[in-house]
Amino acid sequence: MKQTLLSLSNLSKQFGGKTVLDGLDLEIYDGEFITLLGPSGCGKTTLLRLMAGFEHPDEGTITLAGENLTHTAPENRPLNTVFQHYALFPHMSVFDNVAYGLKMEKRPKDEIRQRVDEALAMVQLQDFARRKPHQLSGGQQQRVAIARAVVKRPRLLLLDEPLSALDYKLRRTMQVELKRLQRELGITFVFVTHDQEEALSMSDRVVVLKDGLVQQLGTPREVYERPANLFTARFVGETNFFPGTVESVQDGSITVDVFGLKRTLRRPDFPVQAEQSLHVLLRPEDIRVLDPDDENGVAGKIVERNYKGSTLDSVIHLADGTEVLASEFFDEDDPAFDYRLGEPVKVSWVDGWEWLLPEEASQRSEEELPADA
Amino acid sequence: MTKWLPRTYLTLVYLLLYVPIVVLVVFSFNESRTGYAWGGLSLRWYESLFNNRAMVTAMWNSLWLALSAATVSTVIGALTALALHRYRFRGKKLLNGMLFVVMMSPEIVLAISLLALFLLVGLQLGYVSLLLAHVTFCLPFVVITVMARLSGFDESLPEAARDLGASDFTMTRTVLIPVIMPALLAGWLLGFTLSLDDVVVSTFVSGPSYEILPLRIYSMVRVGLKPEVNALGTLLLVFSLVMLMLSQWILIRSKR
Repeated sequence: MKQTLLSLSNLSKQFGGKTVLDGLDLEIYDGEFITLLGPSGCGKTTLLRLMAGFEHPDEGTITLAGENLTHTAPENRPLNTVFQHYALFPHMSVFDNVAYGLKMEKRPKDEIRQRVDEALAMVQLQDFARRKPHQLSGGQQQRVAIARAVVKRPRLLLLDEPLSALDYKLRRTMQVELKRLQRELGITFVFVTHDQEEALSMSDRVVVLKDGLVQQLGTPREVYERPANLFTARFVGETNFFPGTVESVQDGSITVDVFGLKRTLRRPDFPVQAEQSLHVLLRPEDIRVLDPDDENGVAGKIVERNYKGSTLDSVIHLADGTEVLASEFFDEDDPAFDYRLGEPVKVSWVDGWEWLLPEEASQRSEEELPADA
Repeated sequence: MTKWLPRTYLTLVYLLLYVPIVVLVVFSFNESRTGYAWGGLSLRWYESLFNNRAMVTAMWNSLWLALSAATVSTVIGALTALALHRYRFRGKKLLNGMLFVVMMSPEIVLAISLLALFLLVGLQLGYVSLLLAHVTFCLPFVVITVMARLSGFDESLPEAARDLGASDFTMTRTVLIPVIMPALLAGWLLGFTLSLDDVVVSTFVSGPSYEILPLRIYSMVRVGLKPEVNALGTLLLVFSLVMLMLSQWILIRSKR
């Protein structure tokens, strides 16, 4: 059922001696919504530009439905791009912008008119056909750019951070609209973003990229709940990293010492042995904040509390200085639920909600990650 | 107190700018032969201007020269600007710098060196030498005008056109040129006016076979100020006003 549409194999690209892509392999399935996610400079935009044909790889091949496209000019590729800043032709009306691709194919006038009208109706801009791009709002320009790209019915649509210039609310609306379009058109979407929330909520699969290499490829749930390495864990969502030491290894489980707390956890996929150090990863929503006199849990005190509407987010300092982020939902039984700053608490988590990762050899300390735009 | 001072100042500045022009226009309709006494309204200087064959020929020569020099320098200048903008090549900085050298160097130096060059290669002084000279000093202005427009040009526009199926040539024709059109027009107009009123370079590189207007006026004024010159000045003024309005109109239209 899952057929490969676009196949990238061993792609390498350097710019002025700097390696941007390093032997990257990726299969994109027909009809899926796949997101390339990573910090700036991770190679995601270069990858997109290679697919579009604006750049050519130093090594490797790009195949679309069995046809080698590696050195095909952009105008001869059956895929279209939605650009970050829309790239609408300023001297043409909305109609002419959308019709441009069809005119290049030398389609008959009637067909062009009909297809452009359809495309504009699809993005709810049929009344704006005669306007010039500068007479439209950002969101409308974005929709014109999308209509212009899909009117040629490409096999694949490349979207280069198309929502980054929109404000938060509009971005939300466009996310929903893009998903709807993708379902209706059945076109494969390759979406580039550095916004992990956007990636998780829209994609069928997420490709996490760093330094020109795929860090993880999986469904949003896999990427969030079972990150393949520390980078993915840090980049996608907020994570608490607890240092753990393996006490003993059993058949399906291991006993780990975390802040002096002995917990029996599910045995991870990677090889483990006694005395080994590992990371216990816990998302803020996995953390349970307990009374200070509770027997389980690690002692700490509240140093910050943020009311977030649906959740209460708190920062807890443990005795050794470790910072713990906790996110708790409000309870109907206790609407006044809150913390005082400095309030002593204990921190724990529900068994089985943790995720274990081995220590990484070349571990760079706390990498700077760009804040979400 | 606080209001009349700036107003007076502004009025003085504008008087200084426009009084000479107004005087010229008014005296072009003066019946009297002397330039400083009013003798009644008349079109006689316009009549005598158009009966002056040498003057009319010089006028057409000048127009034709300005037209061709502006067009040639716009074509070469636009291509140069595109090359400087789009490609990386050896000597790019040098080429860029040399344009400024031509623009900044004293006109007299340019005039002498052009004359020396034309004599050296044995080119007869006339239309061709004038055209070459005028294109030379117009070129940097066109390049800079077009470059300024290109520097604000969204690089993803050509890519979007290619992405939608346009070849490089079609993209240039349907996207690039229309987008930089205002700059091309501005560059052309600049070249046109520069060429039309150039005296220094033209004095050196023109020959008896091709007399142009500024030089004709210059030689007329030397033997005494004839009121005909006022009429000519007025006509040139009207002409440049029309050109200015035309260019503004095109600019406004292109923005819509």
